[in-house]
Amino acid sequence: MSWTRIAAMTRKEVLQIGRDPRSLLIILVIPLVQLFIFGYAVNLDVKHVPLCIYDRDGTQTSQDLLKHFQATDYFDVVRVSDNYPDVVRNIDHGVCSVAVVVPPQLAESLHSSGQASVQAILDASDSNTASIGMGYAQAIVQSYSAEIQISWQQKQGLAAGAPIVTFQPRTWFNEDLESMANFVPGVVAMVMAVVGAFLTSLTIAREWERGTMEQLISTPVGKLEIQIGKLLPYFVIGITDTAICAGAAVWWFGVPFRGSWMVLFACSMLFLIVVLSLGYFISVTAKSQLGACQMALLVTFLPTFLLSGFIFPIDQMPVVVQWITAVLPARYYVSILRNVFLKGAAVRLLVGDISALAASAVVLVLLATRSFQKRLG
Amino acid sequence: MNQTATSVVVENLTKRFGDFVAVDDVTFEARQGEIFGFLGPNGSGKSTTIRILCGLLRPSSGHATVAGIDVARNPEAVRQHIGYMSQKFSLYNDLRVAENLQFFAGMYSVPKNEIPARIAWALHMAGLDGRAQNPTSALAVGWKQRLALGCAVLHRPPIVFLDEPTSGVDPVSRRQFWDLIHNMVGEGVTVFVTTHYMDEAEYCNRLVLLDRGRIVAIGTPTELKSRYMKGQLLLIECEPLGPTLELLQTAPGVLDAAVFGSGIHAVVADAASMAPKLRELLSRKFRPGRIEQIAPSLEDVFVSLTAARATGKEVAA
Repeated sequence: MSWTRIAAMTRKEVLQIGRDPRSLLIILVIPLVQLFIFGYAVNLDVKHVPLCIYDRDGTQTSQDLLKHFQATDYFDVVRVSDNYPDVVRNIDHGVCSVAVVVPPQLAESLHSSGQASVQAILDASDSNTASIGMGYAQAIVQSYSAEIQISWQQKQGLAAGAPIVTFQPRTWFNEDLESMANFVPGVVAMVMAVVGAFLTSLTIAREWERGTMEQLISTPVGKLEIQIGKLLPYFVIGITDTAICAGAAVWWFGVPFRGSWMVLFACSMLFLIVVLSLGYFISVTAKSQLGACQMALLVTFLPTFLLSGFIFPIDQMPVVVQWITAVLPARYYVSILRNVFLKGAAVRLLVGDISALAASAVVLVLLATRSFQKRLG
Repeated sequence: MNQTATSVVVENLTKRFGDFVAVDDVTFEARQGEIFGFLGPNGSGKSTTIRILCGLLRPSSGHATVAGIDVARNPEAVRQHIGYMSQKFSLYNDLRVAENLQFFAGMYSVPKNEIPARIAWALHMAGLDGRAQNPTSALAVGWKQRLALGCAVLHRPPIVFLDEPTSGVDPVSRRQFWDLIHNMVGEGVTVFVTTHYMDEAEYCNRLVLLDRGRIVAIGTPTELKSRYMKGQLLLIECEPLGPTLELLQTAPGVLDAAVFGSGIHAVVADAASMAPKLRELLSRKFRPGRIEQIAPSLEDVFVSLTAARATGKEVAA
């Protein structure tokens, strides 16, 4: 191993990256775009559900009930209807996703029988929003009926009868239940997978395609020297991108950071070794730039996006798919990121994830080193 | 330096790609300090042979040593002793001239304190003085080839392999390139060069003529011309060329006939007696111009050897 040869290789690679607008674009723009897309645009929190109300009763009681809908952030009253066809039209045209219809004689039947019902119509073409909206509506109606019960009990001279069992939730780690706090740490993994594997997937393929490889392998440079020299600049780029994304997550998006920066960077380096080796392996195998970058997207971007638990929770996946995710290094890294950011987990709690990541690093480094031969054909 | 030492020994070398035999049982030796030429058409196995000698391809059978090292067993050790310039231009177009030289100086582990002097030497040799900071992509082909040679010999290798170094280069640049080769040989370097330019073959100390993977002749240019021609050569100028050629190919006493430039070269046993006979034959139909004996060129030798192989005739060597 000669450090001067590695240094010469690294220097050449840096010069080439600096002169290739495509690479610069990937290094600088992709992390920012991903950060902002996942930080702002992708939002799984359901709030401000558009609501249409149709009050057929028109009494003080019905107005009281509807005020509860107006008072919450979860619903925005966008239409007040005075006939059924109008309600149906609003749902059909997507003006609102939920319509609440108060039946005539609501107040009267409450007085006479102590019972009444309220109708909710839901647009379930987006099942997620519909089921969450239904939950909200249910909760509002229940709390309203509890209020009525209490006021009756008071009127009848009973001591302020509090509800018998109350529910006291405490959300840990992501106190405001913001999906952004869940995503943004995962974005770090996405950026590294894409930048790391995508950029390096071109590095060897480019030399074969341009014919420079034949000259290069006729020199005494060792294959390990080529590998290290070529990957070193991408390693630095990857770490820098990690720092930028993690920094933006904490100081721009306000994601809590409770763990240790040291653990974060140590694990990030491990993951970088994984993705860089993967990109290198692809580059050696593909021999053409187009094939290599398509392959890199296929094996990094898609699995990291879909199967790493970044957006879709792994424990909600079918069992077979869960097994598949077990061989996906990004899964362990995403888990480490969440634990370090939100839980501030101690290293001993991360041992499982870290060992899985280290094992994949060893396998991929060996694969990358073995795959490259200083021979033609 | 020992002028008689052999620097490359090749014995029964064969390379197959599937069913295709690219190099077929090739044996030769090259001595230190000579220009050893590989002459042959495209696909004759020149590049494959050179790539095996550089350790870039593994031979299917037979063996080869370069600077005393077995290329199949120890390709890495061979690479310390050689410079190689591949057929396709293979420097980095997105680097500057000096950056390419700097990079290869690093790859060949040229000692750090010698690098500036070696780069200055290579720039001067390539005629690129003052252009060190030019982008490589903007250089003309002739300059690129000389820069590539400069990169390949930065570490002063004793053996240099050049695979069609002058293809696509203008005649003046070709001439300059050959001056560089002669200078290196003057310093005791062994130069292997493949070419399909016959005029360049004349510059070689020794030549191997390859055709479809096999050696058809080996020797100095002079030896090849005297030993491998199976008769004497007549230059015949007569229009139109096509019908004249047809007539000559079936004429008694004509061993072989082929078009060369604006005339026809005919191989005959005795030029002096055949010239008047052929003039008489041609005069019946056409109006022949010059018909005279000429010294054979390497191209004549090559055409007659490969034609013999193609038609299955044995070469009387």
